[in-house]
Amino acid sequence: MNNMLELVHISKNYHEASSVTQAIQDISLEVRDGELLSIVGPSGCGKSTLLSIISGLAPPSSGEIRILKQPATVGYMLQQDHLFGWRTIFQNACLGLEIQKKLTEENLSFVHQLLRQYGLAEFENRYPSCLSGGMRQRAALIRTLAVKPNILLLDEPFSALDYQTRLYVADEITSIIRLEKKTAVFVTHDISEAVAASDRVAVLTRRPAKLQAIHQIEFSPGFKPREAPEFREYFNLIWKELDIHA
Amino acid sequence: MHETASLEHSLYLKKIKQRKILVKISQISLLAAFFGIWEAAAVIKLIDPFIFGQPSQMFKDMIFLAKEFNLLFHIRVTLGECILGFLISTILGTFIAMLLWWNDFLQKTLNPYLVVLNSLPKTALAPILIVWIGNNVRAVIFTAVITSIIVTVLSVLTGFNEVSKDKIKLVRTFGGTKLDVLLKVVFPASIPTIANALDINIGLSFVGVIVGEFLVAKYGLGYLISYGSQILRMSWVMTSIIILCLLAALVHRLAVALMKACLSGR
Repeated sequence: MNNMLELVHISKNYHEASSVTQAIQDISLEVRDGELLSIVGPSGCGKSTLLSIISGLAPPSSGEIRILKQPATVGYMLQQDHLFGWRTIFQNACLGLEIQKKLTEENLSFVHQLLRQYGLAEFENRYPSCLSGGMRQRAALIRTLAVKPNILLLDEPFSALDYQTRLYVADEITSIIRLEKKTAVFVTHDISEAVAASDRVAVLTRRPAKLQAIHQIEFSPGFKPREAPEFREYFNLIWKELDIHA
Repeated sequence: MHETASLEHSLYLKKIKQRKILVKISQISLLAAFFGIWEAAAVIKLIDPFIFGQPSQMFKDMIFLAKEFNLLFHIRVTLGECILGFLISTILGTFIAMLLWWNDFLQKTLNPYLVVLNSLPKTALAPILIVWIGNNVRAVIFTAVITSIIVTVLSVLTGFNEVSKDKIKLVRTFGGTKLDVLLKVVFPASIPTIANALDINIGLSFVGVIVGEFLVAKYGLGYLISYGSQILRMSWVMTSIIILCLLAALVHRLAVALMKACLSGR
């Protein structure tokens, strides 16, 4: 499989008046075309910073991001859905298109189609306050997909949901990403979420974040990820690597 | 089970309705009692109606003022000045807040001056404005604008600065410019703050208009109040103040309706 995205010796420092904090130290990583890669690490280790760097929102202190498939379009999903309360679901879903001035007939019907496909058609003209947490998260994903990004970046997109909803929505969102055949980088601190959702899991160390290990996740055929015998093994392996001390 | 629940519910609704009616009745009786006691105290000479006014006399004065003194015209002038003043200060204030939000350097530089201007009683500037602008309606409107504009700038700017960083980041992830951030997130997210500022501005705008009219005008309720006190017709003063109360209530109602219209659907 071809590489879609390459991180080459990425480092990032934060400057404050009294100190310089090294957030990321020399991370090199490649993401393959159509793959779902998750990045796990202890809280505050710089995972979100890494996504900001990949998206181009924050420049790295050193190193390089290479996006190998053109156009280099990146879609970003944040921790909360951040649907705008003053826009209807359809208007929210069109936000990206509107900003990029791509409100063509074709793109608009693509948004309608996505909303229909993922069960939000009847809510198109409703406001976000009418929707459940899971539906809001789906609407946020559609907003991201509407601009047809090559790479999806997800920054703990389920952390704002309660546990039961979270399991359900995580499965749903990852299956949508697979259906749409997107390449995705998924940051989380939840090991089981990472193992269940992704093709590979990259483990980061505590700050300054370095790449500790990377695991190919494969389950016995015929099992749901969370019920497969390998699930526990992967979980324990990554748990040990994370070396969390409360 | 279902029937008891619906019975319970209708009792609950009845209770709420009764309470609402009770509050309304109390409000009206309070007003009636206020004027009643005032009138009675004046009739039995407990208070001197010449100094404290008397409701029945005020009512006669209102009719007299309407006939002989063109009261409606004075009301229109004051109301017009007030609405113009608060529209200008809301729009201009919001615009200045946008400029300050846009340019952080400007915001930091001007901050201490805004804070000082905010604590300054702006009506103290009215005499200067009259010298600068002239003895006319424009000076009155200008006084109304300066009384309310600083508060508008500060409260709207606070609203702008409090818009969630992640919402801004979201627009940025789509490649949005600073103008996109302003127009698509910061401004619409702050509309409730602006609507709130609008309501405060009405009160302040009235303050500015009345002070301006005290000093300047040949028209308006402020003029009637100051003229009435000069010729010792206290009931004219009281009448004008009562009308001012009604106007303030009316304009506040309008602002609330406007606010509701702005916020519908959220």
